[in-house]
Amino acid sequence: MANEQIIEKIYELIAPLNRKGIELKPDVTFASDLELDSLTVMDLVADIEDEFDIVLPLNLLPELETIEQVADAVEKIINKG
Amino acid sequence: MDLLDKFDSTVALRDSLPFEKADPFKVVMEEIISETEAVIDGRHTILAGTNNYMGMTFNEEAVAAAKEALDNFGTGTTGSRVLNGTYGGHKALEATIAEFYGMEHCMVFSTGYQANLGMISALGGKDDFVIIDADSHASIYDGCSMGNATIVRFRHNDVENMERRLKRLPEDAGKLLVVEGIYSMLGDAAPLKELLEVAKKYGCMTLVDEAHSMGFCGENGRGIAEQLGVEHLVDFYVGTFSKSVGTVGGFAVSSHPKFDVLRLVSRPYIFTASLPPSVVASATKSIEAIKRSGNRRAHLWENARRLHAGLKKAGFHLATPDAQSPIIAVHLPDPMLGTRFWEQLLLEGVYANMAAPPATPSGVFLMRVSVCAQHTTEQIDEIITRFNRTAEKVGLALNP
Ligand SMILES: Cc1ncc(COP(=O)(O)O)c(C=O)c1O
Repeated sequence: MANEQIIEKIYELIAPLNRKGIELKPDVTFASDLELDSLTVMDLVADIEDEFDIVLPLNLLPELETIEQVADAVEKIINKG
Repeated sequence: MDLLDKFDSTVALRDSLPFEKADPFKVVMEEIISETEAVIDGRHTILAGTNNYMGMTFNEEAVAAAKEALDNFGTGTTGSRVLNGTYGGHKALEATIAEFYGMEHCMVFSTGYQANLGMISALGGKDDFVIIDADSHASIYDGCSMGNATIVRFRHNDVENMERRLKRLPEDAGKLLVVEGIYSMLGDAAPLKELLEVAKKYGCMTLVDEAHSMGFCGENGRGIAEQLGVEHLVDFYVGTFSKSVGTVGGFAVSSHPKFDVLRLVSRPYIFTASLPPSVVASATKSIEAIKRSGNRRAHLWENARRLHAGLKKAGFHLATPDAQSPIIAVHLPDPMLGTRFWEQLLLEGVYANMAAPPATPSGVFLMRVSVCAQHTTEQIDEIITRFNRTAEKVGLALNP
């Protein structure tokens, strides 16, 4: 379970993109729930990278479907770095 | 479970486009009259979307060399470069390209797509990082998927965005920066000087794909790196014969002393048949001709600037503020208007490329024109006239 602060930060970054006003929860998915297209996801990934000062490799992205999965990945990368 | 069901949404999207009289995915060139004209569906058509930048497809020496090679060496090699597929012609072509680039080594691949696959997948190992521009060509993305490196992507042509990412990578790790000289959809040039200087500061090796800049950028036509005077910062070039060179095939060049080992480890080089001797012979002659083609280069740039200026004056929304390459792209507001524009333009007798996502960046819809050194000034003016007529017929608002 990812750290609360990381999840909260990610909620903040998603908020402006949440055009359908979905309630943000850890198991919300980017593609089916938030309906973000691949270009928006790309910008979001860049924002997340800059926020946490990390690199989220492109290779990881296909496996990150929910907010929680992204938060877990971010946490892992921060702890490793 | 029908494995093709997963493409239903793609089919639905395509079916929703209002093609009536022509279909961009089913164009057949019935007759090729010259580098710049063809017959499509019985209509005499100006070709303005073929990437035949230097107009080399009917170069006399290249055609003659291909015929001679056919007679002397047959229709194909039936083998891999590392088995029976390397003829004298392949070695001579590699020497010609190495000399053209002023570098020590060259490897010829069967396509440019495979050259990118082969270079990126071999260079980027398990503990390495490959850093790419977000708008990279599919062959660069696929080269990344094929290899085992960690892939880092930065915003298109954004030096600062790239540097922020390079800063986060381990100092002593292997790093390969991959960028293009000219990006093929919008026709915009990369700020190569800044990109390469920053990449070198962070210890990257660099690979520049000059697919859409070879032939006419730089004094000798080597590409954007030559034009900007930063060739000393390039470790590897990748290029193709399918555009300015006028045939098919790809290559990589480098002065790295260990370069040749790639022939033993690069799978897209090894596990496919080599180019037929006729293609190799015409590519060699064409590249030699390109080197001497100062006047053609000058005329190509005149054509590009004339077309850009003419469309801009007419009020089209162009993808670049000036002509940065022979690719002149016009923004269209939506798929419906884009489709009708493309169709009407074809009926007017101009073949251009309809470019839509995901091939285009930022989800834009484009009418993409690529001009040729063999287009006459009259043909360029005719393209502009027909663009105007098409805009009027399909109701595209212009802002002159
Ligand atoms: C940037 C870039 N690299 C590589 C290629 C592949 O070239 P080829 O047609 O030789 O496979 C292309 C062309 O499609 C391209 O645009």
